[in-house]
Amino acid sequence: MSDYQSTYLTLSAILFAIGTLGVIIRKDAIVVFLSIEIMLGAVNLAFIAFSRANQSAEGIFMVMCVMAVAGAEAAIGLGIFVFLYRKTGTINIDKFNLLKW
Amino acid sequence: METLKFILPAADYVAVLPQIILVATALVVLVMSVFKDLAKASLIGHVSLAGSALALAAVVFTGSGGPPFSSFSGMVLTDRFSFFLTLVICMIIVLTVLVSLNYQKFYENIRTGEYYALVLFAGVGMIFMATAGNLILLFVALETMSISIYALTGFHKDQLKSGEAALKYFLLGAFGSAFLLYGFAFVYGATGSLDIIKIASFIQTHPQILRFKFLVAGLVLMTAGFGFKISMVPFHMWTPDTYEGAPTSITGFMATGVKAAAFAALIRAILVPLAPMQESWIPIMWLAAVLTMTVGNIIALAQDNIKRMLAYSSIAHAGYILLGFVAGTNIAQAGMLFYLMAYAFMNIGAFAVVALLCKKGEEFNSISDFAGLGFKYPAVGLVMSVFLLSLAGIPPTGGFMGKFYIFTEALRSGYVWLVIAAGVNSVISIYYYLRVVVVMYFQPQAAGNQISLAVSPEVVVALAATATAVLFMGIFPSYFWSLASNSIFSLM
Repeated sequence: MSDYQSTYLTLSAILFAIGTLGVIIRKDAIVVFLSIEIMLGAVNLAFIAFSRANQSAEGIFMVMCVMAVAGAEAAIGLGIFVFLYRKTGTINIDKFNLLKW
Repeated sequence: METLKFILPAADYVAVLPQIILVATALVVLVMSVFKDLAKASLIGHVSLAGSALALAAVVFTGSGGPPFSSFSGMVLTDRFSFFLTLVICMIIVLTVLVSLNYQKFYENIRTGEYYALVLFAGVGMIFMATAGNLILLFVALETMSISIYALTGFHKDQLKSGEAALKYFLLGAFGSAFLLYGFAFVYGATGSLDIIKIASFIQTHPQILRFKFLVAGLVLMTAGFGFKISMVPFHMWTPDTYEGAPTSITGFMATGVKAAAFAALIRAILVPLAPMQESWIPIMWLAAVLTMTVGNIIALAQDNIKRMLAYSSIAHAGYILLGFVAGTNIAQAGMLFYLMAYAFMNIGAFAVVALLCKKGEEFNSISDFAGLGFKYPAVGLVMSVFLLSLAGIPPTGGFMGKFYIFTEALRSGYVWLVIAAGVNSVISIYYYLRVVVVMYFQPQAAGNQISLAVSPEVVVALAATATAVLFMGIFPSYFWSLASNSIFSLM
């Protein structure tokens, strides 16, 4: 394992941890979603680092797919947020307790 | 300048024929929904029914025979395993459309083209998950399925409950996908490939890699990611909320289709290529199986809402199927497939009955709403009893045979305590399933509670087909068993 690879993998692990913490701690649905996007960014970084180390392009293709899918996810997610905001005037996830968590 | 040419052999298109039919139908349905006259006449639902039935026919006529092969540069694998899962998923789609055709009488919004198109797209995602030979396709298929189902969960635009269910499913589902992807990244880092067959052969030729920490991290993260999809404890929190808030026709689809596809992907991406790592996952999966069964069954005891009860029951059933994962032998995997098929029939059937108890724009989901149903509607009461007895694992039903195959194989592999835990759990589960039967037959209907069922021919077909299949799988299991075991032995 070369030097640059461990650097990027460490950075990716830190980003992933930040994202995970954000999902657990934050209460605003949009911030939670942005934290998930940070996690996906961390995944992409890991894929690119491994792709370079393995000298294979498959990882890069995966990154493309992840970015496209993240876009689709954002579209559907924001749609759900807008729907809930219109109904209740808030998207704080603690406020949604019609169904018990 | 030389141009790049893609010439695909015809066999490649045959391999994805059911998916092509489903996508084409979904697109036709979407276009149809633009025209108001077509939309009114519930033609949209019938076109999607015809399309999904055609896809099912395509699976039956093209699939079973022939040696396994891979197409689209290893992206799609065609073997008996794909055939079995594609068959199960296509049947689930057909049944879901049949149930929706009845359910749309109560809700205007279900009658739209978007609804049926999303069901069909989700079905395509499920089929690709079961046939994927590459982690890239597996991920894209998983998201095709998940994103369609997030939207379907929130489909009741007038109900806050539905939107809330969609929010919870969306946030936790996307969270789970991130874990799964990070797992893929580590497996890629360790083995240098995303192709499942290449991963398997790399691990076989480089056994020293098993101690490599990247591969272990990949395994753990992938298990967590799939755990979200199959609602394995401790990743099950979204299940009851989402199942309760979603339209009932979709709940049945989610409970069976998503689970079948996720377990298929679990077998394809973890159980087979990473088989040499079995020793490192057995203790974790052992604990997860016991926890999943116990948590699901114990909490189900306290539920008064039938959709919530069936949600916890579906968590418990994931635990039983995980038993096959722990045992890990070929027979146990065949048992998992058999169980998935039986579970698909009995659960879609049960949710189809729940979806009958509706009024215009309102669902009756409380268990007490079932009071007196058994005598007022004898046929509906009878099929519901069959489904519930099958879920409880009482012979002569498919649910019993599924449990029998998985439990005996786990016992043969030496997991005595695990099987004892599963047995105790099955006994606990009988209580809450039979409670519904007791309410249906031995409790008089409350005076102010006049529920009249509106049964359409479509849902009669769905109920008759599922009930027959459940009983058939229980009484003559050998045909289905050979189908399931052949599919495991031909796994590429």
